[in-house]
Amino acid sequence: MTALLEIKNLHAKVGDKEILKGLNLTIDAGEVCAIMGPNGCGKSTLSAVISGHPAYTVTEGEILFKGEDLLKMTPDERANKGVFLAFQHPIELPGVGLAQFLKTALNAKRKANGEEPIDAVAFMKYMNVRATALGISNEMLKRPVNVGFSGGEKKRLETFQMAMLEPDFCILDEMDSGLDVDALKIVGQGVSVMREPKRSFMIITHHDDLLQYVKPDKVSIMRDGVIVKTAGSELVKEVEESGYDNF
Amino acid sequence: MKKQKSDLLDVVNTPYKEGFETIVDTEYAPKGLTEEVIRFISAKKEEPDWLLDFRLKAFRHWQTMTEPHWFHGHYDPIDYQNIYYYSSPHKKAPKSLDEVDPEVLKTYEKLGIPLKEQKVLAGVAVDAIFDSTSIGTTYKEELKKRGILFCSFNEAVHEYPELVKEYLGSVVPYTDNFFACLNSAVFSDGSFVYIPKGVECPMELSSYFRINARQAGQFERTLIIADEESSVSYLEGCTAPQRDENQLHAAIVEIIVKDRANVKYSTVQNWYPGDKNGKGGVYNLVTKRGLVMNDAKLSWTQVETGSAITWKYPGCILKGDNAVGEFYSVALTNNYQQADTGTKMIHLGKNTTSTIISKGISAGSSSNTYRGLVKMSPNAENAKNVSKCDSLLIGDKCGAHTIPVMQCANETATIEHEATTSKISEEQLFYAMQRGLSAEEAVGLIVNGFCREIMQKLPLEFAIEAQKLIGVQLEGSVG
Repeated sequence: MTALLEIKNLHAKVGDKEILKGLNLTIDAGEVCAIMGPNGCGKSTLSAVISGHPAYTVTEGEILFKGEDLLKMTPDERANKGVFLAFQHPIELPGVGLAQFLKTALNAKRKANGEEPIDAVAFMKYMNVRATALGISNEMLKRPVNVGFSGGEKKRLETFQMAMLEPDFCILDEMDSGLDVDALKIVGQGVSVMREPKRSFMIITHHDDLLQYVKPDKVSIMRDGVIVKTAGSELVKEVEESGYDNF
Repeated sequence: MKKQKSDLLDVVNTPYKEGFETIVDTEYAPKGLTEEVIRFISAKKEEPDWLLDFRLKAFRHWQTMTEPHWFHGHYDPIDYQNIYYYSSPHKKAPKSLDEVDPEVLKTYEKLGIPLKEQKVLAGVAVDAIFDSTSIGTTYKEELKKRGILFCSFNEAVHEYPELVKEYLGSVVPYTDNFFACLNSAVFSDGSFVYIPKGVECPMELSSYFRINARQAGQFERTLIIADEESSVSYLEGCTAPQRDENQLHAAIVEIIVKDRANVKYSTVQNWYPGDKNGKGGVYNLVTKRGLVMNDAKLSWTQVETGSAITWKYPGCILKGDNAVGEFYSVALTNNYQQADTGTKMIHLGKNTTSTIISKGISAGSSSNTYRGLVKMSPNAENAKNVSKCDSLLIGDKCGAHTIPVMQCANETATIEHEATTSKISEEQLFYAMQRGLSAEEAVGLIVNGFCREIMQKLPLEFAIEAQKLIGVQLEGSVG
């Protein structure tokens, strides 16, 4: 397997506070990697830094994505290279219809890849197949992005956006927080369906809810800004039984 | 590491693309404002005595007035003696386009408004005003066959003096306010429209205003008369070259909407807004008002993206019973632009209704104020007003203000007012960029979503133009 994402000695801070303190992590193409760790260990910071959130500053280290220096790219360039972040708290965009938003996003990606914009009819077909599979109604597609949806619906919509943009690298940041069993199942199935040899996932979580539906290839335990242990999916059980104190 | 930060304040700044200057021989009145200058203007226009009298009365009244200062914002005092009140690319009004300086015609072509017959815009008749002179009106003859009069104001004074005499100053008297009074004294040209009884105007009518000359003010006057049961849709567009100095634009639009007639007046205002440090730009101080009779309707739609200072309140006097007034506005300010705009809805008749929807977008260090008056007179039985004012802020150096004034002297009348303020946050921008959109695309989508319901009120071609304009005006406000 070849590495899709390589993080070497990554240090990052928000304001003056250093949160990532020399983190190393490699995720191969096709791999599903779970990042587990207690609250406040820097899991969400890791996802924000990979996707280029402006509030975080990288002070040392590098991130290579498909062999390219990710830190040199703007957030939209990273997205168009195939980095997707499913947000823990999806942001509302009042007045911007979901379908229109996704069409603009899809065309931005196509443009970045030197492709022609998708035509309206082809787009509708492409969208409807994915919407139906994830139980997204026509009415939801017309509504503004994330405005007035329940927590569960928002997570479902994040999964739907991921299915629409077909990214090579999907970061799921605490997708299972605040989800009831039914919503969790839909999200879990959505992710499982998207698994394929070229696509990798980084699933950030602090318990095993989502991992019951999506079995990870490997699990990395994060504490205080670094990865302290990486092993197979059996680690999930160990965490559930005895917490993070042993790491 | 490389800059990850997407600074929201950088997406709003492209050069003003209409900022070019046309080099033509220009004839000026002597600089400054005196009775002689007014006589000069009147003589240039070969005006009848009654019109000169009107001007002089206005001028004498203006001299007793003081410049108002309740504008929400700041600008340096205007030196009224340092302005040319008349400038024209021609010694005499051109009889046909052949007499027009080719440079002037090229200017309009560059602006996307060809005037030569073989190229005129389909479905839109245009009256093109360059500084103080109308240089041509398209489709004039075709409209005349239906009895529709569409020409420059100056031409109307000569061809249809009775109509002009009857209605000039009937909705906006010269005593109305300081700038209207100034306009009444020195107005140069403008457009005139008369739609006869029962006639539906078959095409959009439009005026295109261009200020070119240095240190010149533009003082045009538009008079629209829609006779009983007629209807017309009118568009107004405007641009100016990029100048370091401030240019004064003080116009008047008067509209008379007779029984059961219907007038829709749309403006896309793109005067030069000044540079990104707030230097230069047009002072847009305009009085627009319509008189709406029984069962008639007047609808104002404005998209205001230009000017250093915008100070105007297109209003409706709902005089007749069941009269309807509408005001739909998008005002976008960036850098150091200041806008204080809104509407006046004066309900006089029974069962009159008015709707106000205002969308203010502020970016950079700009200031954007909605100010409106809704007045229910004692006779306005069952009159109804609904107002909705929304503000959108981009960045944290700009300001948005809402100053609604409501006066109700009839207890069966109702007034509803609703206002919201929202902000495009770094988080929204990041979210959209994470999906692959550029910062500009993201801001554009959010802003267009914000003002969609107003854009839908514009005639289609204008709507597309206005949408593009907003995109251009926003470039550089994030980055």
